[in-house]
Amino acid sequence: MLYTILQITLLCVSLSMLGLIYRVIKGPTTPDRVVALDAIGINLIAIVALVSMVLDTFAFLEVILLLGILAFLGTVAFSKFLEKGEIIERDRDH
Amino acid sequence: MIIGGFLSLVTAFGLLRLPDVYTRNHAASKSATLGVMSILLATFLYFYLEHGHFNSRLILAIIFIFVTAPVAGHLISRAAYNSGVKLWDKSVRDDLKDKEEYERQNSST
Repeated sequence: MLYTILQITLLCVSLSMLGLIYRVIKGPTTPDRVVALDAIGINLIAIVALVSMVLDTFAFLEVILLLGILAFLGTVAFSKFLEKGEIIERDRDH
Repeated sequence: MIIGGFLSLVTAFGLLRLPDVYTRNHAASKSATLGVMSILLATFLYFYLEHGHFNSRLILAIIFIFVTAPVAGHLISRAAYNSGVKLWDKSVRDDLKDKEEYERQNSST
Protein backbone atom coordinates (compact mmCIF):
# COMPACT_ATOMS: atom_id res chain seq x y z
CA MET A 1 0.00 0.00 0.00
CA LEU A 2 2.65 2.46 1.06
CA TYR A 3 4.87 1.27 -1.75
CA THR A 4 2.15 1.97 -4.29
CA ILE A 5 1.60 5.46 -2.90
CA LEU A 6 5.33 6.07 -3.03
CA GLN A 7 5.49 5.04 -6.66
CA ILE A 8 2.51 7.20 -7.62
CA THR A 9 4.08 10.19 -5.89
CA LEU A 10 7.41 9.57 -7.57
CA LEU A 11 5.61 9.46 -10.90
CA CYS A 12 3.90 12.79 -10.17
CA VAL A 13 7.15 14.46 -9.17
CA SER A 14 8.92 13.11 -12.24
CA LEU A 15 6.18 14.41 -14.51
CA SER A 16 6.46 17.78 -12.83
CA MET A 17 10.22 17.77 -13.40
CA LEU A 18 9.62 17.02 -17.06
CA GLY A 19 7.36 20.07 -17.29
CA LEU A 20 9.96 22.20 -15.55
CA ILE A 21 12.68 20.99 -17.91
CA TYR A 22 10.46 21.96 -20.82
CA ARG A 23 10.21 25.44 -19.30
CA VAL A 24 13.99 25.60 -18.86
CA ILE A 25 14.56 24.71 -22.50
CA LYS A 26 11.85 26.86 -24.04
CA GLY A 27 11.45 29.71 -21.53
CA PRO A 28 11.52 33.01 -23.39
CA THR A 29 13.45 35.02 -20.79
CA THR A 30 16.30 34.29 -18.41
CA PRO A 31 14.30 34.76 -15.16
CA ASP A 32 11.92 32.10 -16.45
CA ARG A 33 14.74 29.63 -16.66
CA VAL A 34 16.03 30.58 -13.22
CA VAL A 35 12.58 30.12 -11.69
CA ALA A 36 12.25 26.73 -13.34
CA LEU A 37 15.71 25.68 -12.18
CA ASP A 38 14.87 26.70 -8.63
CA ALA A 39 11.71 24.65 -8.76
CA ILE A 40 13.70 21.72 -10.20
CA GLY A 41 16.04 21.91 -7.21
CA ILE A 42 13.10 21.88 -4.84
CA ASN A 43 11.56 18.93 -6.68
CA LEU A 44 14.88 17.14 -6.46
CA ILE A 45 14.62 17.44 -2.68
CA ALA A 46 11.25 15.73 -2.86
CA ILE A 47 12.67 12.97 -5.03
CA VAL A 48 15.55 12.36 -2.62
CA ALA A 49 13.10 12.15 0.28
CA LEU A 50 10.89 9.69 -1.58
CA VAL A 51 13.82 7.53 -2.67
CA SER A 52 15.12 7.42 0.89
CA MET A 53 11.70 6.12 1.90
CA VAL A 54 11.76 3.54 -0.90
CA LEU A 55 15.23 2.33 0.05
CA ASP A 56 14.35 2.57 3.76
CA THR A 57 17.56 4.24 4.84
CA PHE A 58 18.50 7.33 6.83
CA ALA A 59 21.64 7.97 4.86
CA PHE A 60 20.26 10.43 2.35
CA LEU A 61 18.63 12.86 4.72
CA GLU A 62 21.62 15.17 4.87
CA VAL A 63 21.41 15.48 1.11
CA ILE A 64 17.96 17.06 1.48
CA LEU A 65 19.20 19.90 3.64
CA LEU A 66 22.26 20.36 1.44
CA LEU A 67 20.17 20.57 -1.73
CA GLY A 68 17.87 23.11 -0.12
CA ILE A 69 20.78 25.34 0.80
CA LEU A 70 22.41 24.99 -2.61
CA ALA A 71 19.20 25.76 -4.51
CA PHE A 72 18.66 28.88 -2.43
CA LEU A 73 22.25 30.07 -2.90
CA GLY A 74 22.13 29.49 -6.64
CA THR A 75 18.89 31.40 -7.00
CA VAL A 76 20.16 34.34 -4.97
CA ALA A 77 23.38 34.46 -6.98
CA PHE A 78 21.52 34.38 -10.28
CA SER A 79 19.09 37.08 -9.28
CA LYS A 80 21.92 39.34 -8.16
CA PHE A 81 23.63 38.72 -11.45
CA LEU A 82 20.47 39.58 -13.40
CA GLU A 83 19.87 42.70 -11.40
CA LYS A 84 23.31 44.24 -11.07
CA GLY A 85 25.47 42.49 -13.62
CA GLU A 86 27.86 41.11 -11.04
CA ILE A 87 27.49 38.77 -8.11
CA ILE A 88 29.98 40.05 -5.55
CA GLU A 89 30.29 43.77 -5.93
CA ARG A 90 33.09 45.96 -4.68
CA ASP A 91 32.01 48.74 -2.41
CA ARG A 92 35.05 50.96 -2.59
CA ASP A 93 36.74 51.66 -5.85
CA HIS A 94 39.65 53.74 -4.60
CA MET B 1 2.49 12.62 0.46
CA ILE B 2 -0.23 12.39 -2.17
CA ILE B 3 -0.88 16.07 -1.54
CA GLY B 4 2.80 16.78 -2.13
CA GLY B 5 2.88 14.92 -5.41
CA PHE B 6 -0.33 16.56 -6.55
CA LEU B 7 0.97 20.00 -5.65
CA SER B 8 4.19 19.51 -7.53
CA LEU B 9 2.14 18.41 -10.54
CA VAL B 10 0.12 21.60 -10.16
CA THR B 11 3.42 23.49 -10.15
CA ALA B 12 4.49 22.03 -13.44
CA PHE B 13 1.10 22.69 -14.99
CA GLY B 14 1.20 26.27 -13.81
CA LEU B 15 4.67 26.74 -15.19
CA LEU B 16 3.55 25.42 -18.54
CA ARG B 17 0.32 27.36 -18.80
CA LEU B 18 0.71 30.78 -17.23
CA PRO B 19 1.43 33.69 -19.53
CA ASP B 20 4.39 35.64 -18.07
CA VAL B 21 7.30 35.42 -15.68
CA TYR B 22 5.54 36.80 -12.64
CA THR B 23 2.54 34.49 -12.66
CA ARG B 24 4.83 31.53 -13.33
CA ASN B 25 6.97 32.59 -10.40
CA HIS B 26 3.84 32.76 -8.28
CA ALA B 27 2.94 29.18 -9.19
CA ALA B 28 6.45 27.86 -8.74
CA SER B 29 7.31 29.41 -5.43
CA LYS B 30 4.07 28.69 -3.57
CA SER B 31 2.84 25.31 -4.66
CA ALA B 32 6.31 23.76 -4.99
CA THR B 33 7.19 24.92 -1.49
CA LEU B 34 4.04 23.54 0.08
CA GLY B 35 4.32 20.29 -1.88
CA VAL B 36 7.90 19.64 -0.85
CA MET B 37 7.14 20.57 2.74
CA SER B 38 4.34 18.02 2.88
CA ILE B 39 6.54 15.36 1.28
CA LEU B 40 9.29 16.03 3.81
CA LEU B 41 6.76 15.91 6.64
CA ALA B 42 5.60 12.53 5.34
CA THR B 43 9.19 11.30 5.28
CA PHE B 44 9.76 12.50 8.81
CA LEU B 45 6.60 10.79 10.05
CA TYR B 46 7.53 7.59 8.20
CA PHE B 47 10.93 7.32 9.83
CA TYR B 48 9.59 8.35 13.20
CA LEU B 49 6.70 5.90 13.24
CA GLU B 50 8.31 2.95 11.48
CA HIS B 51 11.76 3.09 13.01
CA GLY B 52 11.44 5.31 16.06
CA HIS B 53 14.18 7.42 14.56
CA PHE B 54 13.75 11.11 15.32
CA ASN B 55 15.46 12.90 12.50
CA SER B 56 16.04 16.55 13.32
CA ARG B 57 17.62 17.28 9.96
CA LEU B 58 14.28 16.81 8.21
CA ILE B 59 12.61 19.32 10.50
CA LEU B 60 15.48 21.70 9.86
CA ALA B 61 15.06 21.18 6.12
CA ILE B 62 11.31 21.88 6.36
CA ILE B 63 11.93 25.12 8.24
CA PHE B 64 14.71 26.10 5.87
CA ILE B 65 12.60 25.56 2.75
CA PHE B 66 9.69 27.39 4.34
CA VAL B 67 11.92 30.39 5.01
CA THR B 68 14.03 30.52 1.86
CA ALA B 69 11.77 29.57 -1.05
CA PRO B 70 9.56 32.69 -0.85
CA VAL B 71 12.67 34.83 -0.49
CA ALA B 72 14.14 33.26 -3.61
CA GLY B 73 10.89 33.84 -5.46
CA HIS B 74 10.85 37.48 -4.42
CA LEU B 75 14.46 38.01 -5.49
CA ILE B 76 13.91 36.46 -8.89
CA SER B 77 10.74 38.44 -9.46
CA ARG B 78 12.43 41.70 -8.54
CA ALA B 79 15.43 40.91 -10.72
CA ALA B 80 13.09 40.17 -13.60
CA TYR B 81 11.31 43.47 -13.15
CA ASN B 82 14.48 45.49 -12.87
CA SER B 83 16.06 43.86 -15.88
CA GLY B 84 13.12 44.98 -17.94
CA VAL B 85 11.01 41.91 -18.57
CA LYS B 86 7.61 42.92 -19.88
CA LEU B 87 4.45 42.13 -17.99
CA TRP B 88 1.63 40.16 -19.52
CA ASP B 89 -0.06 42.36 -22.10
CA LYS B 90 -3.43 41.99 -20.38
CA SER B 91 -2.15 43.36 -17.08
CA VAL B 92 -4.16 46.30 -15.83
CA ARG B 93 -1.91 48.29 -13.59
CA ASP B 94 1.80 48.65 -13.08
CA ASP B 95 2.56 50.62 -9.97
CA LEU B 96 6.31 50.65 -10.40
CA LYS B 97 6.29 51.97 -13.95
CA ASP B 98 6.44 55.65 -13.07
CA LYS B 99 8.69 55.27 -10.08
CA GLU B 100 11.33 57.60 -11.48
CA GLU B 101 8.74 60.30 -12.12
CA TYR B 102 7.50 59.91 -8.58
CA GLU B 103 10.97 60.26 -7.14
CA ARG B 104 11.62 63.34 -9.24
CA GLN B 105 8.47 64.99 -7.94
CA ASN B 106 9.39 64.18 -4.37
CA SER B 107 12.87 65.57 -4.70
CA SER B 108 11.64 68.80 -6.31
CA THR B 109 9.13 69.59 -3.56
